[in-house]
Amino acid sequence: MTKFDKIINTANELRWEIGDNVHDSIIESIYADAAKIADKNVTSENREQVPTFDRFVDRLVTSKWLGFPIMFALLALVFWLTIEGANYPSSMLASLLIDSFHPVLKSLAASIGLAWWIDGLLLDGMYLAMAWVISVMLPPMAIFFPIFTLLEDFGYLPRVAFNMDNLFKRAGAHGKQALSMSMGFGCNAAGVIAARIIDSPRERIIAIITNNFALCNGRWPTQILIASIFIGSLVPAHLAGFASAGAVVFVAVFGIVMSLVVSWGLSKSVLKGEASAFSLELPPYRPPRILRTLYTSLIDRTIFVLWRAIVFAIPAGMVIWLVSNITISDISLAEHFISWSNPLGLLLGLNGVILLAYIIAIPANEIVIPTILMLTVMSSEIFGIGRGSGVMFELDSVNATADILIAGGWTTLTGINLMLFSLLHNPCSTTIYTIYKETGSLKWTMLSTFLPIVMGIVLCFFVAQIWMLLA
Amino acid sequence: MAQNTNCETCPAHNIQNLKKLGIDMANFNYVIALAGNPNTGKSTVFNNLTGLRQHTGNWPGKTVSRAEGGFAYNDSRYKLVDLPGTYSLLSTSTDEQVARDFILFGQPDVTIIVVDATRLERNLNLVLQVLEITDRAVLCLNLMDEVRRYKLKIDVRALSRDLGIPVVPAEARQKVGMPELLNYVDQVAKGVYKCKAYRFKNLPANVENAVNKISAQLSESYPNIPNSRWVALRLLEGDQSIIDAVTSGDLGKIIQSEMGKEPILVQE
Repeated sequence: MTKFDKIINTANELRWEIGDNVHDSIIESIYADAAKIADKNVTSENREQVPTFDRFVDRLVTSKWLGFPIMFALLALVFWLTIEGANYPSSMLASLLIDSFHPVLKSLAASIGLAWWIDGLLLDGMYLAMAWVISVMLPPMAIFFPIFTLLEDFGYLPRVAFNMDNLFKRAGAHGKQALSMSMGFGCNAAGVIAARIIDSPRERIIAIITNNFALCNGRWPTQILIASIFIGSLVPAHLAGFASAGAVVFVAVFGIVMSLVVSWGLSKSVLKGEASAFSLELPPYRPPRILRTLYTSLIDRTIFVLWRAIVFAIPAGMVIWLVSNITISDISLAEHFISWSNPLGLLLGLNGVILLAYIIAIPANEIVIPTILMLTVMSSEIFGIGRGSGVMFELDSVNATADILIAGGWTTLTGINLMLFSLLHNPCSTTIYTIYKETGSLKWTMLSTFLPIVMGIVLCFFVAQIWMLLA
Repeated sequence: MAQNTNCETCPAHNIQNLKKLGIDMANFNYVIALAGNPNTGKSTVFNNLTGLRQHTGNWPGKTVSRAEGGFAYNDSRYKLVDLPGTYSLLSTSTDEQVARDFILFGQPDVTIIVVDATRLERNLNLVLQVLEITDRAVLCLNLMDEVRRYKLKIDVRALSRDLGIPVVPAEARQKVGMPELLNYVDQVAKGVYKCKAYRFKNLPANVENAVNKISAQLSESYPNIPNSRWVALRLLEGDQSIIDAVTSGDLGKIIQSEMGKEPILVQE
């Protein structure tokens, strides 16, 4: 027996002697000491412990009847501001980066006699992919993140967790999952890491697997754009903004419902167990520091996420250009795949273009829309809009984007199903890697990857079939 | 030059000597840990001292792993480690382990404990647990603006006397109290201020005896052990990670190498 084992033996014997209440008596002694010291040094002038303003707001936002409506209304307001506010700066950036700057670069390339394929790969592939991501993502993020951060700074998130706690508990999951889910609305990889605040490994894994059902910033632009085109057009123009915001809120809430349903399913099957209790502290409301919040949310979130999107978009732009320009018997690789997968796509109420775009966009959800537009133009050969195969472009307005998609055979069904599929499909590769790192398990990583995509395929299939029956 | 000496001891003068080093942590002289309950403003203090911009948010659990940064003050270079916020150091969740292991094995020169002054009693539970591990600590009594809003009064000097460590009232969001905090951290790090940290007083006699017995054996096997009393308490409670560290003889190694370790992740 080593000296180390001897120490453990002593500890074990002593533990037997004292009985099983060692832990409790230690905790009790700490609490007693803490209470004594605090009591001695803190005096309170008012009997009402919490300031009335905090109490009033808390009663409102955590009330049984108003809690959820307020939550949805706030969510809708944030999206409405984002949708309405992002439109104009988006098209301005696009016209600057793509309509003005791209031709300049092209003529510059021509004047120094760059080979056509280097020019295509660099300018039509990489540059345009980057330009598109900036113009479509920067404005909504620059509006969405600061507003979200202000809410966070104010202290609203713990109240959301408080409201959601009961639902998560009934689903057999941990109430703090509401917090990791909220982080997932920003970025799923961040949400997966945030699940570390959950003590029990079982509930933590549930939180990790279901985090993907929180729409991440890479998917917000897709949701917002498609909702503006296909849902906004169903109602009169002055209501379009509200209808689109409503549709996005619906998809987001549907994602929350899915995360509850899947949590429930997991805790009844592979991750059996009871929900554990925890105490959640509702922090005092603090007046948000507007300027500081603007600064940190721009640096921490907007620029950080944008940078990541650009880093992934540049090689993706290259891949898109290559698959559109490498031909086998005169037909490009992209077209081969699209015509092969189109029947399956149509069965799901999507199309081959969308399926290919989702494969190319595995590294980052952000580039789904540009990829789809480019591939649509190429495969339906709309001349005069795109600038040759493999060119990712931005269109000056939502209307022009709509024209392309509709000319590409898109219907309202395609739009709705794309929104659903964007919610329910595999996480991006960064998130998958993060899940592997956090769980250390191939099994849970695989489940987190394939469960949502199977759900997405099944859901889109049923929606498409019912739609076609009714139409 | 009497006036000059006054200036030099005045914290308002010394804040000029703070140099925020951001992520430059080369050749540091002292390691400072930032501990505290969730959502008490640790990251805000961290940002104030290092000039970094760790994301801050008004919800518990935002910082889940360690963040590190550096600053220089009065000719010494400090490495500052922002630990995850925890309510205690006694349970086994990942964030609590990260915090506990760092304070215990990382042996920071000073631990700044940031507390929400409006919820002092609950926050003191953690403070007492930290003081059980380390002597050298400074209490940052944050959110004093909230204390005024709640119409509370805190006797700062008496609290400092009771806990045996410096106590600094602060409003980190407004950068209030940071000069005084730095001054005390500097003094504690250099041993100018000698802490007499509060130790649990109400442990039942049989527990106290058992702890003494185990800790005596521990000090024999590990002469450099940072806090045998705390490790003994953990062994008495049957904390598996500490038991493993002792039986494998790793406790000695951890004492050497914990500094650069990644947070431990829960395995399936």
